Amino acid sequence: MSMNSAAQAQSAAQKPARRLPPELSIFLVLIGIALVYEILGWIFVGQSFLMNPQRLTIIILQVSVIGIIAVGVTQVIITGGIDLSSGSVVGMTAMFTASLAQASTWPRALYPSLTDLPVIVPVAVGIGVGLLAGYINGQLIARTKIPPFIATLGMMVSARGISKWYTKGQPVSGLTDQFNFIGTGIWPVVIFLVVAVIFHIALRYTRYGKFTYAIGANVQAARVSGINVEAHLVKVYAIAGALAGLAGVVTAARAQTAQAGMGVMYELDAIAATVIGGTSLAGGVGRITGTVIGTVILGVMTSGFTFLRVDAFYQEIVKGVIIVAAVVVDVYRQKKRKA
Amino acid sequence: MVISPTTMAAVRASGAIPNAEYLLSAEGIRKEFPGVVALDDVQFRLKRGTVHALMGENGAGKSTLMKILAGIYTPDEGDVLLKGQKIRLQSPLDALENGIAMIHQELNLMPFMTVAENIWIRREPKNRFGFVDHGEMNRKTAELFRRLNIAMDPQTQVRDLSVANRQMVEIAKAVSYESDVLIMDEPTSALTEREVTHLFQIIHDLRSQGIGIVYITHKMNELFEIADEFSVFRDGKYIGTHASSDVTRDDIIRMMVGREITQMFPKEEVPIGDVVLSVKNLTLKGVFHDVSFDVRAGEILGLAGLVGSGRSNVAETLFGVTPATSGTIAINGEEVTIDSPNTAIRHRMAFLTEDRKDTGCLLILDILENMQIAVLQDKFVRNGFVAEGELTGVCEEMSRKLRVKTPNLHERIENLSGGNQQKVLIGRWLLTHPRILILDEPTRGIDVGAKAEIHRFVTELARDGVAVIMISSEMPEVLGMSDRVMVMHEGRVTGILDRAEATQVKVMELAAQ
Repeated sequence: MSMNSAAQAQSAAQKPARRLPPELSIFLVLIGIALVYEILGWIFVGQSFLMNPQRLTIIILQVSVIGIIAVGVTQVIITGGIDLSSGSVVGMTAMFTASLAQASTWPRALYPSLTDLPVIVPVAVGIGVGLLAGYINGQLIARTKIPPFIATLGMMVSARGISKWYTKGQPVSGLTDQFNFIGTGIWPVVIFLVVAVIFHIALRYTRYGKFTYAIGANVQAARVSGINVEAHLVKVYAIAGALAGLAGVVTAARAQTAQAGMGVMYELDAIAATVIGGTSLAGGVGRITGTVIGTVILGVMTSGFTFLRVDAFYQEIVKGVIIVAAVVVDVYRQKKRKA
Repeated sequence: MVISPTTMAAVRASGAIPNAEYLLSAEGIRKEFPGVVALDDVQFRLKRGTVHALMGENGAGKSTLMKILAGIYTPDEGDVLLKGQKIRLQSPLDALENGIAMIHQELNLMPFMTVAENIWIRREPKNRFGFVDHGEMNRKTAELFRRLNIAMDPQTQVRDLSVANRQMVEIAKAVSYESDVLIMDEPTSALTEREVTHLFQIIHDLRSQGIGIVYITHKMNELFEIADEFSVFRDGKYIGTHASSDVTRDDIIRMMVGREITQMFPKEEVPIGDVVLSVKNLTLKGVFHDVSFDVRAGEILGLAGLVGSGRSNVAETLFGVTPATSGTIAINGEEVTIDSPNTAIRHRMAFLTEDRKDTGCLLILDILENMQIAVLQDKFVRNGFVAEGELTGVCEEMSRKLRVKTPNLHERIENLSGGNQQKVLIGRWLLTHPRILILDEPTRGIDVGAKAEIHRFVTELARDGVAVIMISSEMPEVLGMSDRVMVMHEGRVTGILDRAEATQVKVMELAAQ
């Protein structure tokens, strides 16, 4: 032990820094919550919470849609912005994508001449519609300088309106098997993790990532350093929109139908996952790995309540408390750093 | 016996103020922050009716001491004595109610309220219905301003005031508390020459009324002009207190740095090359007009003028932050349009801005990230991916060359001293290998040691053929470093002087007209 610490001290003297990654503490919180459930499970339900691979799969499956959105939201929040529109964009893209994924065997297809299309068409349209919504968010914020809160609030309301208008409130069903396949089994989880890995790499190792952090840290300094802030923000919001679009595709495929009310409040879960994962609402700080853990924490919490047969009302109350607690911890950490 | 601040305040209000040799003193003060001892056995003694300057390099402990005196920090050890009585200040409000007022470098006024509302906040005169009596408040403010010889309308909104006027409001506010001690943190750093004169006048008046003034500054001339006494600190330790009439500039520098600084402005004659930047009739409507000048390779063009003369605006326009409304810019004889900093960087220009915090540092990011951000525009990126290893090596080399004092490059830039932050920002621009370098107040708020180093870097760059434009409010710096000095006044160029003919008097004449 003492040798160990001596070696540590020595290596610290030569090559200091490399503090513990901030994700570690979030991960410990996740483990802690899981262990609490495990113990309560043995006491009150008489079974294990963790030793149940099926449950663990379901947890991740349930939150993968939120996770896909949160990856986009994390990037937006790192720039110092916010995206309230993602839940509505999920609903909107679910409608559009489903309308182009209907099978010819379905008698009430929305576009009878456009049935049995190759699966790539509805998927591309879904992501494209999301991208467009995000692009509009970005342009509004970059050009008119209105606060992101307002721009995306507008999009949130309008996109929801569009999803209702599109079929006059009717659900879109009878989707092709190929399309539904996207939502079956482990696929949503795979999509979530692939998206997370891609943007983890993008944020850490590419110029896109460096500029995203720089804008969040100090937008003026970023501009003077030659970053085209407006163009970059449009990119970030467009990516967030595209990811919400992808989430819409997965949602429709999982449900094998689309309804105008899909994705309600998803934006808040995504923001919560991001914030629990250590991304600062002040901008400039945050990582995708943290967001992934934050997403899983949300999932574990919900599933754990169900497992313990806690009433759904209490679930929401506690969820609210945990979100606020996460931000309080963040604020406290920043204060401590400054003192 | 330690008297509680409330008791002390009550004693003060009763008028029974005990007489003591020192108005305010601190003995054996120690203050630690995680990992650093900011102050170690420090003393400070302020006499009634004197101006007492605190001197020292950045990180010497001046700010910490001042914050202890103003009740912002509480000391770990040692005592603060107000008129000979030990007192434990718990908050800035405590200090204020005991007659200790502090005027911060970042002024703490509410921009959307009027001058009068700002001064009397928390103490607004009320009418018989319990509502704020604005008439009375404005009258009291006008009276206060008359007493201080300040010409300002009490009903102006603070956001419409210049920095100098905001400072006057802060001073008036402090005086309105009948303060005995006024702590001023680099009050002149954003003032024009004329405003400084006015400020000094006010300080003189306050002093003759028996008020003690603690004055923090980096400027030597001010020390001799305004201070009766000064105390020097170095690395958190108290070095000594002297009357400012007893010492020379060199004495003070020696005390501050603990070593001799041989040459402040290492001006070196370097071969001057061709015209690199040629500006003709550059205009930003309503801000500056018809600015024309050339800068050659290896030349340092000083840009002097009072704050508000348009110096910094010219720099911002050259760099595309606020693109020009008319006029031409030519680089190496070719006319160019610079509509954004991005374009400017592509033309190999670099711009060290005036305000480190607002437009320079990415405070929460580390040194590496701060240094590499500009060069990433067109170098060290392959298919969007940053050549991390290579770039880190280059940054390490740069920070060694610039002697950035830090354990490693993963330290957040906000944890560095002002001088080291500035070096990192200079490094940011040097990595882009600029041929035109614009420096706006490159040494403001920086300690003497770092200052000399920065001057040396600039000289080296000129030797390497970079065309340098340097804006500075410090006359010795402009005169010492520049090959030519361009002077501006109210948005127009009033003269361009050669090194030989540029004297303090000439420059001032052109700057003040």
